[in-house]
Amino acid sequence: MNQAALNHLQALEAESIHIFREVAAECRKPVLLYSIGKDSSVMVRLAQKAFAPGRIPFPLLHIDTTYKFPEMIEFRDRFCREIGVQLIVHTNRRAIDDGANPHRLGTRACCGLLKTRALLDALEAGGFDAAFGGARRDEEKSRAKERILSFRDRFGQWDPKNQRPELWNLYNCRVNQGESIRVFPLSNWTEFDIWLYVYVENIPVVPLYFAQQRRVIQRGKALVLADHGDVLPWENPTLASCRMRSLGCVPCSGAIYSDAATVPDIIREILAFRRSERENRVIDYDQEGSMELKKREGYF
Amino acid sequence: MSSTPESLADFEHFVEQAVSKQLLRFFTAGSVDDGKSTLIGRLLYDAQAVYEDQLADVRKNTSVEGASAIDFAQLTDGLRAEREQGITIDVAYRFFSTVKRQFIIADTPGHEQYTRNMATGASTASLAVILIDARKGVLPQSRRHAFIASLLGVNHMVVAVNKMDLVEFSEQRFEEIRDHFSSFAALLQIKDICFVPISALHGDNIVHRSERMPWYSGPNLLGHLESVHIASDRNLTEMRFPVQYVIRTEDGFRGYAGYLASGILRLGDKVTILPSRATSYIKSLHAHGKEVEQVFPPMAVTVTLSDDVDVSRGAMLVHPLHAPRVAHTVDIRLVWMSERMLDLTSSFLIKHTTQTVRGNVRHVRYRVNINTLEKEPADHLALNDIGAVTLECQQPLFCDTYKRNAATGSMVLIDPITNETVGAGMITGIQADNLQLASDGSAGQPLSRQERVARRRHYPAVLWVGNNYHLQRELERMLFERGCLVHAIDEPIAPEYAAQLVGILSSAGLISIWSSLALGSAELENAVQMAENSTFILADDAVDPGSEPVAISVCKLLEDRGILFPPD
Ligand SMILES: Nc1nc2c(ncn2[C@@H]2O[C@H](COP(=O)(O)OP(=O)(O)O)[C@@H](O)[C@H]2O)c(=O)[nH]1
Repeated sequence: MNQAALNHLQALEAESIHIFREVAAECRKPVLLYSIGKDSSVMVRLAQKAFAPGRIPFPLLHIDTTYKFPEMIEFRDRFCREIGVQLIVHTNRRAIDDGANPHRLGTRACCGLLKTRALLDALEAGGFDAAFGGARRDEEKSRAKERILSFRDRFGQWDPKNQRPELWNLYNCRVNQGESIRVFPLSNWTEFDIWLYVYVENIPVVPLYFAQQRRVIQRGKALVLADHGDVLPWENPTLASCRMRSLGCVPCSGAIYSDAATVPDIIREILAFRRSERENRVIDYDQEGSMELKKREGYF
Repeated sequence: MSSTPESLADFEHFVEQAVSKQLLRFFTAGSVDDGKSTLIGRLLYDAQAVYEDQLADVRKNTSVEGASAIDFAQLTDGLRAEREQGITIDVAYRFFSTVKRQFIIADTPGHEQYTRNMATGASTASLAVILIDARKGVLPQSRRHAFIASLLGVNHMVVAVNKMDLVEFSEQRFEEIRDHFSSFAALLQIKDICFVPISALHGDNIVHRSERMPWYSGPNLLGHLESVHIASDRNLTEMRFPVQYVIRTEDGFRGYAGYLASGILRLGDKVTILPSRATSYIKSLHAHGKEVEQVFPPMAVTVTLSDDVDVSRGAMLVHPLHAPRVAHTVDIRLVWMSERMLDLTSSFLIKHTTQTVRGNVRHVRYRVNINTLEKEPADHLALNDIGAVTLECQQPLFCDTYKRNAATGSMVLIDPITNETVGAGMITGIQADNLQLASDGSAGQPLSRQERVARRRHYPAVLWVGNNYHLQRELERMLFERGCLVHAIDEPIAPEYAAQLVGILSSAGLISIWSSLALGSAELENAVQMAENSTFILADDAVDPGSEPVAISVCKLLEDRGILFPPD
């Protein structure tokens, strides 16, 4: 290590580790929201480093909408077993039994029930007062002003006008009964940093991130994996080399055409074509400023 | 952004390069319509940190169509409510990188009612970019922006004189603004200021040299950001390690985790633990997933100690000779951030390093008029006011002044009922606790040399100036002003008593300055050797042929020899 100067990745790492420790020390009962994606994998690695050689002193929580890719669930179970963390899986059973699905409700209402509602319920059921999430400020315009510690009132709602100023590295973790905080240790990382870190730290990620020949359907702007969703009678899947740029629910995650089969390939790809990753998430197109609306309702 | 590495062999090299970049955090400040959003949009666009779909979004939002009609300002305009009002009202963070550096911009709003947001953005920045509209020149706001930067200890500043296209790229106009700004910036003690004439809208001097301002020979804005030297503005001499979290495992491991706030910590180092003042040695150091031999700030570290001592969160490991002050009462500069006023009845939770203690206001000393920078008497502070108050804490803080050590000199004030963050404080003075017998076991113990050295911040020394009596007086005063214990000796001393006298003066921790009237240099050197508790220094060794006064070069010599600690 270079004398008296951290490189940018180490500086980001130090900041994230500091945030993990601070929240673990000050909050009564934190939980890490684990979404199985690359950002979650990086978060878990940082949490491991923060508390090594001890164990991560909080559980992982996965909100399972039941619409996740099977590869994701398989990865999740193996990953959590291997690193020996406690995993809580929560599903909004009632909504699913009532037939909630994105085709019937539209993506907005579906996310509202299966993700946002489920998350709030799970946080309440577990009595968690702090939840770590993997969101980054570079993901989307309305995230650029998000605090590292973001406050939610007793209804889990976010009020952009009522966020606390964050100075230096002195985080105010205090909440009253029933209130909670969302904590974003990766706030200052970019997508590029995440992949660079995955590479240098050799962090396992879901294989869906890597390109291979898959059967796909082009639906409007979105490229959909045919082997996972419902293929409509008039659709004709074709074979193409593609990969997922971000992972979510099957109906709302588009693939991209790509030959990037390894982490270095992906990094090269990011450098070569510059499109922000959420573009492939169908949900953001619902409405102008839609991410912000979701956040106000309690979505991560 | 870097170009794409073609082969896998190139890739390793590329990663190495990408990883070894340094991070520069800066904040931008300007008044409404000075062109701040345009400038940031332009930097992101030119550094290719803007994605295609974001550009598409912006084209969609902009009423004027066409590829050339990219509204750079809209790239950075975030939340809906703000878009409606058309102004930026909160700190927004942006990211971009070049081949040389990785950047985080804290984009802060400029209006007076958002002083707290600017202070927030400045608190983590090493550099400030202050925007000035070339047509309007230096406004009261510009002074305020510079003041907030200096208040938060941002040592590097770039003044970007924007909209040069609207003043015919006039060199004279630029110089007027530069001189005007420099004249008050001098009062703020900002170490490094660079002035760049730009046009954010047209790209002049942003990433490329402007051909329309051939008279300007300085760097372009991005070039300066890439190369400005920010090497450790941190304090590397006075080790402070606030304990953040205690890690225990079933097999008996007990380590103390935290970030190294200042100084360097090595295996085997002796440390003092506050508040108990117990001492121990560093047995192991873990940082960023590896076992290492030394750590430096701001690394995330876990240490183990060689003794079984009582350490919990809020404790601080410190250098035994360079300890921070331990005090209940501190003077702070305060940025007040709450709609509820601060006055003598206010009480808080004070978060300082990893401790949170209760405290209250003992005295409101003054408010700074942030437009004239004058101090005004005050008995309260309102939202966005900057003032000076004296705080009294229920438990002692382990602290330094903010100027000396930002990590142990900063604090946030929290409302104990609503839990809101209501203020940001920077310690400017530390008051001695009231006279009382120490309760830590040191009462009645003799004062050690180390304690004296740590308090006075210098070692004893014996300095010989020959027959330069003027230098003797200059040095005495200069060292005195610096807080040293110092005494000039110019009456004849009998050689047979010299060793005894040197011994007494030195065990008192004093720097004595002897002229040839007192004693000859050979006899004095001999006496110092016999006394064994001091260092002999010849002022002559310092005289360099340069132009600076001799007394200053002697002081530097004392610093070089490790006798004087670096100034506050
Ligand atoms: N002529 C000219 N106009 C500029 C320049 N920079 C910004 N502007 C214009 O000034 C106005 C205010 O700019 P904006 O970036 O929104 O200012 P902000 O309020 O400081 O963020 C916009 O109409 C910009 O197009 C410049 O260098 N030259």
